[in-house]
Amino acid sequence: MDRRSALKVLGLAGSAVTALVSLPKLAMASWAKTAFEARSGADALQNLYGGNATTPSDAVKLKAPDIAENGAVVPIEVETDMEADSIAILIEKNPSPLAGSFNLPAGTKGLVKTRVRMGETTNVTAVVKSGGKLYTTTKEVKVTIGGCGG
Amino acid sequence: MSSIRIKAKERAGVVDVKALMKHPMETGLRKNKDGNKIPPHFIQEVVAESNGAVVFSGFFNTSISKDPYLSFQYGGKKGDKLTLSWTDNQGQKDAETVDVG
Amino acid sequence: MTITTRQLLGGVVGLVAAATSFAGPEEDRKAFQSFYFDRFPQVTDHADFKNGVYSILPEARVQWEQIEEFPPYELAIEEGQALFEKPFANGKSLADCFPNGGIGIRQNYPYFDTARGEVVTLELAINECRTTNGEKPYPWKKGPLASVSSYMAYTSRDAMIDVKIPDDPRALAAYEDGKMHYFTKRGQLNFACSDCHMYGSGQNLRSETLSMSHGHTTGFPVYRAKWQEMGTLHRRLAGCHESVRAKAFKAQGPEYRNLEYFLAYMSSGLEINGPSARK
Repeated sequence: MDRRSALKVLGLAGSAVTALVSLPKLAMASWAKTAFEARSGADALQNLYGGNATTPSDAVKLKAPDIAENGAVVPIEVETDMEADSIAILIEKNPSPLAGSFNLPAGTKGLVKTRVRMGETTNVTAVVKSGGKLYTTTKEVKVTIGGCGG
Repeated sequence: MSSIRIKAKERAGVVDVKALMKHPMETGLRKNKDGNKIPPHFIQEVVAESNGAVVFSGFFNTSISKDPYLSFQYGGKKGDKLTLSWTDNQGQKDAETVDVG
Repeated sequence: MTITTRQLLGGVVGLVAAATSFAGPEEDRKAFQSFYFDRFPQVTDHADFKNGVYSILPEARVQWEQIEEFPPYELAIEEGQALFEKPFANGKSLADCFPNGGIGIRQNYPYFDTARGEVVTLELAINECRTTNGEKPYPWKKGPLASVSSYMAYTSRDAMIDVKIPDDPRALAAYEDGKMHYFTKRGQLNFACSDCHMYGSGQNLRSETLSMSHGHTTGFPVYRAKWQEMGTLHRRLAGCHESVRAKAFKAQGPEYRNLEYFLAYMSSGLEINGPSARK
């Protein structure tokens, strides 16, 4: 999976890519405790993927509401046409920002839909691991303390 | 009754899977009426297999909503058997198999 | 004191056509629904009022539709079906208490039972069936009753509300009681249901958009994200009363049954779309 030509990667990213070393191929055999308990997105990615240098990319599509109807159930969709082997979702201000990580074997589309909990207005970042590099799209999702009681 | 509900439909060689898993997904941060923290209880790993191969897998953290929803797509055909299984942090497991429609 | 329809609706809706000071429920219903049609011209398909605020808030609607891809109430429908079909200790089951075996009948509730002289709601009927057959009644606001009611509502999906008010002074009195309740100010905040859900509908109360009463009853029982579980209509009514710091009435007591009778009748013509998922 790491054997992707740098050119191909650059072509997909479409934007300037800082000199990134290809991420080590980590076996995702079990729940990555250190990554999931990390207090920052950067630490989570470092522990999950062995590196946390990321590049913003339009090829990572993140569907999330501007204002969440309810912070307990926020629908999130991440999609990409890149050859992705992993997708992760980060919720910046949650106690443990790494909300989930998903592995996509060959033949599986770069698509994940799920529903997350958000404690407050914060940035949601979709991370796609492709060709040994991490690409991201970030969006702020507002969470209100609302809900007519009862 | 299984805790897993799966809808799996194939179109043009792509199987679209929508799954809903009944699970409290306790974060460990909530307190009960006596003021004691309710221990964390959440699905940690989900694996989807078809025709002997893993077609999707994922790891959840406590930020995934109660009764987790998961949707993904993989290459497959009608009649394939798709099995979805989960394991939680307390060692509980469940699995469900459906035919791709 | 009798509050006439004209006094209640006249100021905003325009006078009810009939010159009589007591117009019937049907005239009330037309005035009630016209109020919402005029207030929300963007809802071009009037059937969409069954979807509450999702008929007027595009971004909220997107999230609601995402949840509808696989809504949490599907679990309640399954549980409800299992409970519905499970026989009682005496061998009978819920199907024996209802017309058509309890399938596809939700739209007819509540109804006025002329023999008993009171309004009967679906939840009341479910529990009465249980107690008549020697079973314990379910709690009124959530849990198994909400699941069974969800299943029964589901079998009536797309059926139009068909609540009847027979030509019986007691039925009319129950309807009028519900109507008066709807328009009466209560609680420390001194709000009537109509203040928020009629004259304030579509407006924001802090970050919440006030829903329209036209369509209020169609989607129950509801999976409210706030509750993280199902709840019955009377659970919601009680919560709403507490929101204006009024003392809530007992679930399935005469007040809420009459209020439900009024609300359901007002939404006649809308389709049942319960159970539903809401914020």
